[in-house]
Amino acid sequence: MLILTCPYCGVDCDETELGAGGEAHLKRHGPGSTDEEFESYIFQRENPRGVHFERWRHAMGCGKWFHAARDTATLEVFGTYVAQAFEPPQEIKDKITAKRPGWTWRDVA
Amino acid sequence: MGRYSVFAVAREAFRNHTGWQRAWSSPEAKRRYDVIIIGAGGHGLATAYYLGKNFGITNVAVLEKGWLGGGNTGRNTTIIRSNYLQDPSAAIYEKARSLYETLSQDLNYNVMFSPRGVMMLAQTEHEVRGYKRTAHANVLQGVTTEFISPERVKQLCPIIEIRGPRYPVLGALWQARGGTARHDAVAWGYARKCSEMGMDIIQKCEVTGIRSEGGKVVGVTTNRGDIDCDKLGVVVAGHSGHVASMAGFRLPIESVALQAMVSEPIKPCMDVVVMANTVHGYMSQSDKGEMVIGGGADGYNNYTQRGSFHHIEETVRALVETFPMISRLKMLRQWGGIVDMTGDRSPILSKAPVDGVFINCGWGTGGFKAIPGSGWGFAELMAKGESPLTAGFGLERFREGRFVDESVAAGVAH
Repeated sequence: MLILTCPYCGVDCDETELGAGGEAHLKRHGPGSTDEEFESYIFQRENPRGVHFERWRHAMGCGKWFHAARDTATLEVFGTYVAQAFEPPQEIKDKITAKRPGWTWRDVA
Repeated sequence: MGRYSVFAVAREAFRNHTGWQRAWSSPEAKRRYDVIIIGAGGHGLATAYYLGKNFGITNVAVLEKGWLGGGNTGRNTTIIRSNYLQDPSAAIYEKARSLYETLSQDLNYNVMFSPRGVMMLAQTEHEVRGYKRTAHANVLQGVTTEFISPERVKQLCPIIEIRGPRYPVLGALWQARGGTARHDAVAWGYARKCSEMGMDIIQKCEVTGIRSEGGKVVGVTTNRGDIDCDKLGVVVAGHSGHVASMAGFRLPIESVALQAMVSEPIKPCMDVVVMANTVHGYMSQSDKGEMVIGGGADGYNNYTQRGSFHHIEETVRALVETFPMISRLKMLRQWGGIVDMTGDRSPILSKAPVDGVFINCGWGTGGFKAIPGSGWGFAELMAKGESPLTAGFGLERFREGRFVDESVAAGVAH
């Protein structure tokens, strides 16, 4: 079972306590954007086999949204951080780079 | 390669079965092919077969990273049905179902198609309305289905508890010519025929890159060297996003784990397929007597071919209510497959942004039933550049908002 730590209440949550919210750090396009931009925001996903950033909600707890960094090929969790972030904190990036040499953060969306 | 028949069995019986040949050959890859298909699962092999059979294109290689039919083709619950709501879906799934009817004769390989009937239980008022709507749509599409009463459900499948308590059976969408087939045999049968037509099936050949020049594909890089091609078909289900990124484009797809399991074998007690979408569980009995059970998909991206334990628990809990007699059954095996989910829960059969590359993916939780129809349509698309079967499933539909929305009609279990 997947266990993530809620960055707000510090609880180690089983996945049954959480709601999955899909890929994180998507660029949100608003009114006046092109069809391609809307398609990118609504449908296109990186869907990597490896390091993945995603949104989760502590649904059966504090109810707040947060971010998680996870490996989709090994189910390893690199860490969680608050929802109010445009990219992962440096310590999580460093942790991923240490474990996955060659990995770099990029603005995918 | 000899023809399989009762005479072949008799002949071999007299010589201690020493004359059986390999069903398909395992050649080394040539330097160049007209068409390369990535992925030797059901869809990839069916595509290759219909390219040869319908369009005479036989200079074809099918590349497979692992072993033939070892992905979702060998991991599904073998259900075949075509009772979909939207016209493009009904067309391609009904094409597939009708091809299954004669597939054993066509391939000279027993795929054990068993049109035993598929029943989709309506356990809420909303489902009753939804399935009645689907039944009406199916009449217009020429797909034979009917909405049946709870009494008829009980008659067709006596082991169902129709009274509830939590989710009573209020009726069901019944497709009498739906059923099951032997999943491995479908891949093996297509592989045998492809090999017979002179196509090369190359296993343990992982594609590591896609080469293009001036926006047009020229070949692939593999762990067995470079291979050139004019056209490339990408048919890799859960790994579509991974392969698409090699060609430099993204897909509207997320890969998640879907689980299934089988029980210990018991005497025949159920001769239909039952799907209960409200509670996320579906069940049929295999020829060996095992109850084959499928459940819901995980909510998060996953490539590990194993899913979360709580889904197994939920699926079994739900089915025990509907089928009280299975509560004492022991489960023998459980496994997971990686399914490629699109936003509208319909597949993508389309030209890709790179010229000469075609992509067939996004079958999500329901690809097995579509194998012959998908191969038929995708082969036509690759050979002629268009196909009436695949016209509604283009990649551009997400940008243009022309969804083939089956997420409501089909639910999760599909």
